[in-house]
Amino acid sequence: MNRRSDAAAPARARTTRFAAASAWMDRLPQPVAVSLVVVVVLGLWQALVSFGGVSEIILPSPLSVGEQIVEVVRQLVMGDFLLGQLWITVQEIVLGFLIASLAGFLIGLWIGQTEFGRKAVMPLFVVVEASPKIAFTPVFIAWFGFGISSKFLMAAFMSIFPVIINTAAGMNAAGAEEIRLFRSMRASSWEIFWKLKFPRALPFIFAGLKIAIVSAVTGAVAAEFIGGGVGFGEQVRVAASRIALDRVFALILVLSMLGLALFGLVSLAQRRFAFWDLKKDR
Amino acid sequence: MNTSYSIRGLHKTFDRAGVVALEDVSLDVPRGSIISLIGPSGCGKSTLLSIMAGLLAQSSGTVELFGTPVDGPPHEVGIMFQRATLLPWRSVVENILLPIEIQGGRKAARAARARAAALLEMVGLSGFEDRYPDELSGGMAQRAAICRMLITEPRVLLLDEPFGALDEMTREKMDLEIQRIAAAQEATVVVVTHSIPEAVLLSDTVYAMSARPGRISERIDIDLPRPRGLDVMAEPAFARYTARVRDALDRGHDAAA
Repeated sequence: MNRRSDAAAPARARTTRFAAASAWMDRLPQPVAVSLVVVVVLGLWQALVSFGGVSEIILPSPLSVGEQIVEVVRQLVMGDFLLGQLWITVQEIVLGFLIASLAGFLIGLWIGQTEFGRKAVMPLFVVVEASPKIAFTPVFIAWFGFGISSKFLMAAFMSIFPVIINTAAGMNAAGAEEIRLFRSMRASSWEIFWKLKFPRALPFIFAGLKIAIVSAVTGAVAAEFIGGGVGFGEQVRVAASRIALDRVFALILVLSMLGLALFGLVSLAQRRFAFWDLKKDR
Repeated sequence: MNTSYSIRGLHKTFDRAGVVALEDVSLDVPRGSIISLIGPSGCGKSTLLSIMAGLLAQSSGTVELFGTPVDGPPHEVGIMFQRATLLPWRSVVENILLPIEIQGGRKAARAARARAAALLEMVGLSGFEDRYPDELSGGMAQRAAICRMLITEPRVLLLDEPFGALDEMTREKMDLEIQRIAAAQEATVVVVTHSIPEAVLLSDTVYAMSARPGRISERIDIDLPRPRGLDVMAEPAFARYTARVRDALDRGHDAAA
């Protein structure tokens, strides 16, 4: 400590000591840091089950969940029954996502490009968006039956709103000066759309698609819960009904991996088609 | 015929605001000359340029370019704005070829690649063809925008505060570039600017404008020999001209106030 230290010095010294204590954690490489957190959480979880007196029926231990994960993955790799169920769910998600992307884009265009759409159509979607959409699941089952269509339509319903809203916002992303530039080149409205407004909207659209793909997983699984019969969501429900929570956790983990993989695919497409927007973040 | 733009009794009122943006503007722009429109914000200089570019319709009066009334963006005109407005998803050369692509399709754009490369060389951007706009500095981006403006070989260049976003030294260099290009292409140039030295450095004629209503308050002919270099700015004549433009703007301002 030098002589010039003033009244604020003790406080500064405290924050510095705190920073020093956490600095080694901040310096950890991310994979190590993530593993550290996971190990601590799993350790606490295992301790809760082993010594905390929590029943394994209520909270299965990480070890038994791990066993179930191995078992589920084995079945998936062997191409067993479970793989077929997963494939059904994947189809529902992808089909629902594609419908949501296309319909959401068109509706978003309508809202973003016309005053009528903005004034009259948008509020309806906001009302529906503000509702707990998952509550519509029984309606979809009633309308479209217990087959696959109620499920992919539910996936589409869950995921269409972010596409609509982001497309609508994106359609107004082109600057006034850019539009003036295009008009001075005597561009047609189609050219202004295709060469200016659409590319400008792409980063917005991809932001919507990334939310949509995750919501589509939720929609499909929720419809399988209630609509039943087939699919990975149905397997989760069956396992839960026989209180095999370790199995439930393992199946949910597979679903989140699926969601992550699909999200990754959309991100790849974004990197390919809206590369110029991502470069800003570097 | 020696006139490019011929403007008579031009009025522009913005209906929604009821603002008289331009009142009784008349001017002739001799072919091959460089003129500046200078004035405080709200004097309608950019509105006037937009009408000349066919991007905005006048309320009354006539605007003719080479004897033809302007009722949409004329194809002899190249335009440039304060910002380069390069499209970030297109490489530099694709940006420059955009006007060709829009008017003649992709094939025409491919055919014009050599011309784009020659323009890039002229503005000192050789080798930047396949870079993207975010890799360019502000001055480089404006140079690319100049190439885009020139690719269709326009006979008239409309510049709307073209280098307002650049630092002063870069701006002066770009002004000289515009002078050189205008001379080489025998182009007519109309510049909207805030900068008195820029107006004097570039122009054969400076039109000082005043606000509310927007009108031309004074016309100052700049009789300095061409080609002008930056050294001309040190000459007493240059100082006299900038003082005259400043006086004109002050008078216009007082009249409006």
